[in-house]
Amino acid sequence: MDATVTTAEFRPTWVQDKLFLGMTFRDYLRSNFTLFNAVAAVILLIGIPVILYRLIYGLGPSTNLSDNNPWGIWIGFDMLCGVALAAGGFVIGTAVHLLGMKEYRFLFRPAVLTGFLGYLFAIIALTFDLGRYYRIPYPMFVSWGVNSVLFLVAWHVALYLGCQLVEWCPAIFEWLNMKKARKIMIKATLGATIFGVCLSMLHQSALGSIFLLMPEKLHPLWYSEYIPLWFFMSAVVGGIVMTIIESTASHRIFIHQVKNDNPGQLERVTIGLGKAAAVGLFAYFFMKVIGLAHGNTWGYLNTGYGYLWLVEVLGFVLAPALVFMYAVQNKLAGMVRGTAIWTAVGIVFNRLNHSIIAFNWHLPWEYRYVPHWMEVVLTITVVTIGILTFRWIMNRMPILYEHPDFEPEDH
Amino acid sequence: MGQNRRDFLKILAGAGAGAIALGAFEPAKADVTSLPGYPNQYGVLVDTTVCIGCRRCEWACKEWNKLPGQKSLNEYEEDRAVFDKVRRTHADTYTVVNRFDNPRDPSKPIYVKKQCMHCYEPGCASSCFVKAFTKRPEGAVTYNASLCVGCRYCLAACPFDIPAYQYYDPWTPQVTKCTFCFDRIRKEGGVPACVATCPVETMTFGKRTDLIDLAHKKIRDNPNQYVNHVYGENEVGGTCWLYLASVPFNQIGFRTDLGTLPIPTFSKPFLSLVSPVFIAIPALCVGLYSFRRRRDQIAAEELKKALESKEAK
Repeated sequence: MDATVTTAEFRPTWVQDKLFLGMTFRDYLRSNFTLFNAVAAVILLIGIPVILYRLIYGLGPSTNLSDNNPWGIWIGFDMLCGVALAAGGFVIGTAVHLLGMKEYRFLFRPAVLTGFLGYLFAIIALTFDLGRYYRIPYPMFVSWGVNSVLFLVAWHVALYLGCQLVEWCPAIFEWLNMKKARKIMIKATLGATIFGVCLSMLHQSALGSIFLLMPEKLHPLWYSEYIPLWFFMSAVVGGIVMTIIESTASHRIFIHQVKNDNPGQLERVTIGLGKAAAVGLFAYFFMKVIGLAHGNTWGYLNTGYGYLWLVEVLGFVLAPALVFMYAVQNKLAGMVRGTAIWTAVGIVFNRLNHSIIAFNWHLPWEYRYVPHWMEVVLTITVVTIGILTFRWIMNRMPILYEHPDFEPEDH
Repeated sequence: MGQNRRDFLKILAGAGAGAIALGAFEPAKADVTSLPGYPNQYGVLVDTTVCIGCRRCEWACKEWNKLPGQKSLNEYEEDRAVFDKVRRTHADTYTVVNRFDNPRDPSKPIYVKKQCMHCYEPGCASSCFVKAFTKRPEGAVTYNASLCVGCRYCLAACPFDIPAYQYYDPWTPQVTKCTFCFDRIRKEGGVPACVATCPVETMTFGKRTDLIDLAHKKIRDNPNQYVNHVYGENEVGGTCWLYLASVPFNQIGFRTDLGTLPIPTFSKPFLSLVSPVFIAIPALCVGLYSFRRRRDQIAAEELKKALESKEAK
């Protein structure tokens, strides 16, 4: 920030103001020489050639996918985990705009931004997984396979991306100083939130329902009529814990943006979210047990896959629920944050179990799927680009703070 | 207040229109469990007790469908090493013959031809979000590559592990699977290439209903030669290809845990939730929202009154 001090008379142009954070191009470039950016640059230097390799040479050489294992981590991690953990926008939107929980309002914009980017990059990752990625609009414009759960997912994810864009637009228009457009978008927020609730309920559960067609391939401990409920409930929890993680990280990294006029607010809200996460996790735990009872799959518990299930459900659902409860009762925001990360890991574990580890469990080991290194690198690259995009926007748009030139939004 | 009410109604109208629009393109399908299926479907009855494992059917399949990797008929017949491993269908191979030990007579191994079963209610078709699969009245389940996006859900949704993918084609990869030689059987007197080439008449092509009768007659007439199970008669709701065997089917590479429900029935209850969600949830949300506004308004008014009465004192 030396630039602004030394050149008191410096009047940034529009481009310098909006894109280079009010610096000259040279100062802006210099300000980007940081350790974080160096790491990101290394990842991109390896990752972008890998992406090009996938696009030019196809799925065969760049992945370990096979006829028995048509889906790998690009679906199991990028898509399933990405979308589940991006549910924060929908959860916080419901709390703030429908239930009127005003103290959570400052979390809405970052949660929507995280959600929007989470969905966007999940779709980008999915594009690399599709054999003919250039046909991605086909389910919308060319042929409707209405009997497919995936059709529902495609439509709802696309529509929900639009909803989140509407919810995020006020921040864009404040950045660009477009008052009228902002006003219209604020009016549309409530409608977008309600539409988004319906879409989220359906596509979050639909992502699990994809597996309903594979009773003979998914292990009985994970296959159940309750899959839609499980996926929805765990996505709600995922949205809550990601909001805790994201708000903690942003308030540390972008602390200079936050006017600290309400000390302790973040702590209080974090504990409130921890309470919600505890309730959600308990509900999810009981749903998992009911699934066990309903399918009468108790017998599988004393097998290898049963131990895996117990680690997932006791170690990553029940245990964090209890710790959340303890932390909330003793007002330990730090413990809530740690448990949030623990829970997020558990949701990733669950999605990987559904899509990879407990999938094709009947096949001998030599036919099972282990990701190719390029699949891992591509995933890391997409996540990195997502984080860089998030930072780019956070540095420019009023996400964490209220823009001084605008009245607080209300509808 | 009037302003609020108008806004509220606008939201309600918008949500309703959204629900109708979505309801229109969400599934509206017949009850798949109660459909008897096309009445005149063809089928093939494969009698695994007859097959000699010459693999001429594999050759004929590649020949007719012009698949890559074709070899001479001799090489197919002489290459016995391929039987050391149980194979599945692949991008260049619509059908494979596998060899299994015969527990009843070790000197006579059992050969089993594998290809698409052409289900009555195909899992692949119900998984496809661009309707690239079609169940034909003739029985064949055919694939239209010009629609396929390459999501490979069909590979995952097939209970028989049949569809394969051209992973090594970077630009125009396709799903590949047996077509039931649809281009042959749709013509009068047409028979699939594999059936036509079989030297020992392992396979019988005909109307599926007739083949069911034939299969049960064979079992009745030779109770010692066959197990009393026509594989494909009821599996996943019935398939056009049917099998007879001398040993239980799970000993010769078939899955006998698939059940008799058609695969599409498993996702149907979930899909029927779509319209209720779009009807009930907006109503619930708008209800919650207006309760909340009313609560806030009453609270504000009471605060105002309390302040006024305090000032009056």
